[in-house]
Amino acid sequence: MIKSLKQFFLITGQLSEFAGRYFREVFFPPYEFKEFLKQCFYIGNKSFALVGTTGLIMGIVLTLQTRPTLIEFGAVSWMPSMVGIAIVREIGPVLTALICAGKIGSGIGAELASMKVTEQIDAMEVSGTNPFNYLVITRVTATTIMVPTLVVVADIISLSGSALVEYLKGGVTFQLYFSNVFEYLEFGDLLPSVIKSFFFGFAIGIVGCYKGYTSTKGTEGVGRTANEAVVISSMLVFILDFIAVLVSDIFYEL
Amino acid sequence: MDYKIDYSEPPVIEIENLHKAFSLNKVLRGFNLKLWQGENLAVMGKSGSGKSVLIKCIIGLVQIDQGKLRVLNQDVTALDRKELDQLRALIGFQFQSSALYDSMTVRENLEFPLRRHKNKIKNEAGLNAMITEALEAVGLLHAMDYIPSELSGGMKKRIALARTLIMQPKIILYDEPTSGLDPVTAKEISLLITEVQQRFHTASIIITHDLACARIASDRMIILHEGVNYAESTYDKLAEMEDTIVKAFFV
Repeated sequence: MIKSLKQFFLITGQLSEFAGRYFREVFFPPYEFKEFLKQCFYIGNKSFALVGTTGLIMGIVLTLQTRPTLIEFGAVSWMPSMVGIAIVREIGPVLTALICAGKIGSGIGAELASMKVTEQIDAMEVSGTNPFNYLVITRVTATTIMVPTLVVVADIISLSGSALVEYLKGGVTFQLYFSNVFEYLEFGDLLPSVIKSFFFGFAIGIVGCYKGYTSTKGTEGVGRTANEAVVISSMLVFILDFIAVLVSDIFYEL
Repeated sequence: MDYKIDYSEPPVIEIENLHKAFSLNKVLRGFNLKLWQGENLAVMGKSGSGKSVLIKCIIGLVQIDQGKLRVLNQDVTALDRKELDQLRALIGFQFQSSALYDSMTVRENLEFPLRRHKNKIKNEAGLNAMITEALEAVGLLHAMDYIPSELSGGMKKRIALARTLIMQPKIILYDEPTSGLDPVTAKEISLLITEVQQRFHTASIIITHDLACARIASDRMIILHEGVNYAESTYDKLAEMEDTIVKAFFV
C-alpha cells in the first residue's frame, strides 16, 4: 500500500516535471513545423473514422433510449435540446477523449518506447539534436489541438445521428431539429466544453510521451508503456472533467 | 598507411582517472586515455566491463562521477546543453543497433542531423551533394529511397556510418561495429572504418569483441579490465604478451 502510494507520488512528480519541461521549451526554436503538421494529420486522420462512428452510434442510441420516456411524459419536443446539451457539454468531449486516450495515447507511448529501446532517441541526442523538441513538443501540441477538433466533429456527427432518429421516428426535419438544438445551447455550454477538450488533448499527449520517453525494460516495456499510457490518460480525462465541471459551475451556474 | 598521426599536437580526447558507477556497480575505476587526430583506437574488454559506458561518457550521454574528460579541448562535464550539442555535431556515434530512424527513408535519415545544424548546409543542391557523397563513401548510393526495414544488418551499419560521416565529424565512436554480422560483412565494415580514417582523417574509438576488426581497423589497442586500462599497445605487441588476462582475448 505504502509502496503503491510512493509510486503514485513519484509518477505524479515526474509527469509534472516532464510537463514543465514542455512549457519551458515549447516557445523556443527550433520549431519543428513539418513534424508537427505530420503528427496533426496522423492524429486527426487515424482517429476520425473511430470518433465519427462512435459519435454517430452514441447520438442514435441516446435518442432511441430516451425517446419512450420522453413520450410518456409528453416531452418529446425537448429531445433536441436535451440531447444537444448532453452531447456538447459532456458526452462528446469525454467520449472522444477516451477514444483518443486509447488510440493516440497508446500509439505515441508505444512509438516512443520502441524508439527508446532501439536507441533512436539516443541517436538524435548524440547528433546534437534535441529529441524532446522533435518528438515530444510536436506530439503534445498536435494532440492539444487535434482532440478539440475531433470533439467538434464528434458532436456534429452525434447530433446528426440523433436528428436522423427524430426524422425517421417523429418526422422532425433536420432544420427544425438543429434550430431547436441551437435555441437551447448557450455560450456557457460551448466554452467550457471546448476549453476542457484542450486539457484532455494535452493530458493524452503528455502522458503518452512521458511513458514512451522514459520507458525501460526493453521490448517488454513497450507493451507495458502503451497500456500504462491508456490507463493513466483515461484516468486523467475523468479527473480533468470533474474539475472542469466544478469550475464551470462557479462561472455559469450549471 | 598514407597518413600521419601527429603526436606532438594536443590529443582530441583526453581522459584522466575516469570513474563511473551505477549504484554499487563500479564500472570505470580510474580509466585513462589519450587519442590523437587521425588515430584509430580499439577498446576490448569483457561484456559489462564498461566499454560502451566509456564512449557514452565521452559524448555526454552518461554523466561521469569523477575524473577529467576533455574532448576537442573542451571539458565535457562543464558544457551547457547548447555547447554540448555544438560539440556533438563534431563527434559521430555509431550505435551497436545502428539506431536508424524507422519511420524515415535512408535519405531522410541522413538529412535529419544536417537540417538541424543549418550551418553545415549551403543550399538544397549542396545538401543533395553531401548525401550522395556520404552514401557513395559507404557504397550504398542505390539505397537512398529504402526504409530501414528493407536493409540487411550490414547495410544498416553502413547507412549509420554514412549518417555519421555526413556531419563531417572529427571523431567517430563505434560501438561494436561488427556485432551480429557474418565474417565477410564484418571484414568489409572493418576495412570501411580504416578507409574512413584515411579519407577523412578522423580519430576513432572502436569498441569491439571482434579480434579481426581490432587487427584491421586499429592503430592502437586498450584492454579494459576491472574498470582500468589493463594493457595498451598495438595489436601485434598485445598478441605476443604472455599475460593471462591479455592472452584470453587473443584465443
